Amino acid sequence: MAAVSRPVTHAASLTSTGGSVVRVQTIVNGQAVAAEVEPRTLLVHFLREVLGLTGTHIGCDTSHCGACTVHLDGKPVKSCTVLAVQATGREVRTVEGLEVGGKLSPVQEAFVAEHGLQCGFCTSGMMMTATALLKKNPNPSEDEIRDAIRGNLCRCTGYVNIVKAIRLAGQKMQSAAETRGGPA
Amino acid sequence: MIPPQFEYYAPHSVDEAVALLTRFDGESKVLAGGHSLIPLMKLRLAAPRVLVDINRIANLAYIREDGAQLKIGATTRTNDLLDSPLLAKSYPILTDAAQQIADPLVRNLGTVGGNLCHGDPGNDLPACMLALGAEMAVVGPNGPRTILASEFYRDTFVTALESTEVLVEVRIPKSRPRQGNAYHKIEKRIGDFAMAGVATNLVLDGSGRVEFAGIGLTGVGPTALAATQAASVLVGQMPDESHLAHSARLAQEAAQPTSDLRGPMEYKRAMVSVLVRRVLGRSLARARGGA
Repeated sequence: MAAVSRPVTHAASLTSTGGSVVRVQTIVNGQAVAAEVEPRTLLVHFLREVLGLTGTHIGCDTSHCGACTVHLDGKPVKSCTVLAVQATGREVRTVEGLEVGGKLSPVQEAFVAEHGLQCGFCTSGMMMTATALLKKNPNPSEDEIRDAIRGNLCRCTGYVNIVKAIRLAGQKMQSAAETRGGPA
Repeated sequence: MIPPQFEYYAPHSVDEAVALLTRFDGESKVLAGGHSLIPLMKLRLAAPRVLVDINRIANLAYIREDGAQLKIGATTRTNDLLDSPLLAKSYPILTDAAQQIADPLVRNLGTVGGNLCHGDPGNDLPACMLALGAEMAVVGPNGPRTILASEFYRDTFVTALESTEVLVEVRIPKSRPRQGNAYHKIEKRIGDFAMAGVATNLVLDGSGRVEFAGIGLTGVGPTALAATQAASVLVGQMPDESHLAHSARLAQEAAQPTSDLRGPMEYKRAMVSVLVRRVLGRSLARARGGA
């Protein structure tokens, strides 16, 4: 399959060395990770095969479907079209990093409550995009939600419940913020 | 799919990038947002032996007015265009285009420089730069030079950028009072390339006559096309519907579409005319102070 890779423990730096092996040093879901991989190793393969984080899916593999969506420095990106080495010095968040202390995030809870999935293949990518949207725009309209998920395809065409789930998550997060006396 | 093997370099300065491109001339490619290059490599349509990743170069992502120009750095992300209040207010053509480029996830990584240098006739920003009269600021082994957008696009995937040069920024004449511009494309499905796209830019004088006009076309030729005749017939006119229709006819004649999966050439040609009228109308409204 993808990359020949071997985890390493020693500290190194520099991504600018050229050669057939590069060192990836990044933070994934809050944890520092380091490994040596081929430069051509894609971030999605690094996450799935080196780190074993298989919640991020490989769908179209050509940057259309968004099943591989993860956050890179807080922004949703398609990890099938990013080199793993490009994550060096940056923060990656995957679907495994959404829950906190064993508790599902509001977005995850809302996808359960509204049944925002059918086969589930697009779900992790959808939730990563939804999480980023709600951080930027806590109270999105239906149009804004539909625009935000333009890069995430659901081949079951289950968009109605996905949109409902994202709306519900936004409302829950807002009311939670108001209860805490935080900004609405 | 994974790309073929390559050596990876991540320079920290433009000079270092140019040195690497010179050292590996003919077998290296610049990696910016990667959203055209990496898919091409996966599909084995490109197999550079060396990638020079310019994302680690500091101060290459910015949008700012400087003297008589708007300057946009090469690694500025497409979504940064969309989020810029300056562009929304004074250069709405770029907000229009950014909104229509690929999808929001791709726009988080895809760069202005990559969109301009890839040389795909389906990319949206080249037509905008043709309409705006922009120039590309590049650096190579012999130092910096500028290339007019109108001289930049040579053929499909072929630009005036030398293999040892790096685009540093695109420079656009600073927005003036009574200037209006817009971009619109027709796409078959979300995130697809344009079946046809049109960029127009108008500057009116104090009496409302057209002082400057620029028209760029996307996806209807081997490169983005400047419809120069269609633009020049507007200059000096108090534009009304008949002028827009005349310009649209000339733009349609300038288009060189081919038939493909995105549509037959007759349809694309007809759409150029429809879009030119529509987008010129929007530019005019904006120049006159409307939306």
